Amino acid sequence: MIYLALFYEFFKVGLFSIGGGLATLPFLYKLAERRPDWLTVQTIADMVAISESTPGPIGINMATYAGYQVAGVFGGIIATLGEVAPSIIIIVIIAKFLAEFDKNPLVKHAFYGLRAAVVGLITFALLKLLSATLLAGGSINYLNTGLYLVFVALVLVFKKAHPLVWILLGAAIGLILRLPS
Amino acid sequence: MKEISLWDLYFTFFKIGGLTFGGGYAMLPLLQEEVVNRRQWASEEELLDMYAIGQVTPGIIAVNTATMVGYRKRGILGGVIATLGEISPSIIIITTLATILLRYKDAPYLQQAFSGIRIAVCATVTMSIIRLMKKSLVDLPTILLYLLVVASTVLFSLSPVIVVLVAILFGIVVQNIKHRKEGI
Repeated sequence: MIYLALFYEFFKVGLFSIGGGLATLPFLYKLAERRPDWLTVQTIADMVAISESTPGPIGINMATYAGYQVAGVFGGIIATLGEVAPSIIIIVIIAKFLAEFDKNPLVKHAFYGLRAAVVGLITFALLKLLSATLLAGGSINYLNTGLYLVFVALVLVFKKAHPLVWILLGAAIGLILRLPS
Repeated sequence: MKEISLWDLYFTFFKIGGLTFGGGYAMLPLLQEEVVNRRQWASEEELLDMYAIGQVTPGIIAVNTATMVGYRKRGILGGVIATLGEISPSIIIITTLATILLRYKDAPYLQQAFSGIRIAVCATVTMSIIRLMKKSLVDLPTILLYLLVVASTVLFSLSPVIVVLVAILFGIVVQNIKHRKEGI
């Protein structure tokens, strides 16, 4: 049953992604590998764009969008509930039994390693995104690569700008240059 | 003290979810305004503790924090209701947008726009990674672990679940070795 499968897959995403919305990305790529009928690398890039430019936690937005694509409105709701279910269970247990959880030295030590690994996992997701966007059929798309470098420079210079600005600018450039999909 | 109604919990987190752009890290100022200043459900210190726990537990930071505040105020049901409030705006907004986008997905203008948007997204994710690197890659062991994770996921498509579990072990072992060296 599709709803059960959606709940289960997003439960796993919620259980293992630690440290912010983009941390769910590597798990979504793995999901796309296993279930290409649900997600493709291209749709993941679109999901990031939509989730960054709308209110709400990025991880939640991506789960709703992915679930909707698979099984409509109800699919979006089920995927999102699946993603938050582990949080509710774990937080309730911690709140009940481990008041000083974040100050526990073991937790601190684990996070010393986890933080570095999560950046590594997000880098892996970025490389997937880049290869889908900048490489077309094994050869480099020079126009897209040039645009990417310009965007990175802009984002580095205007650090304070909201991601929505870059997404709108990207849309405008896509329309003006009539970029092929 | 008057008991907080479940509706109040739902509505407060609905507001926070609907007004937060960009996920967990962007929600702190809103939480401070709503939970501490306006409703006085927690002190500044209590909120920061809850927020810290939200960051070091699995799942979405915003959801973890909402569950924690709700649980402290009204038990398990409170935690569930606060979380449902936090995610409701996302479900409404994303479902509406997705319905529109998927209906017109073959329109050439939309395809061109999204081709440009994907390039912009690569740049914003690159920026997030640079920012995270500064905070997380603090010494040689963390830099080595980072490189190892990138290599093993790209070359051998290692599962992220295994990466997370190994990283926890790595952190505990390396920190213990460090402390032991300092102890001698």
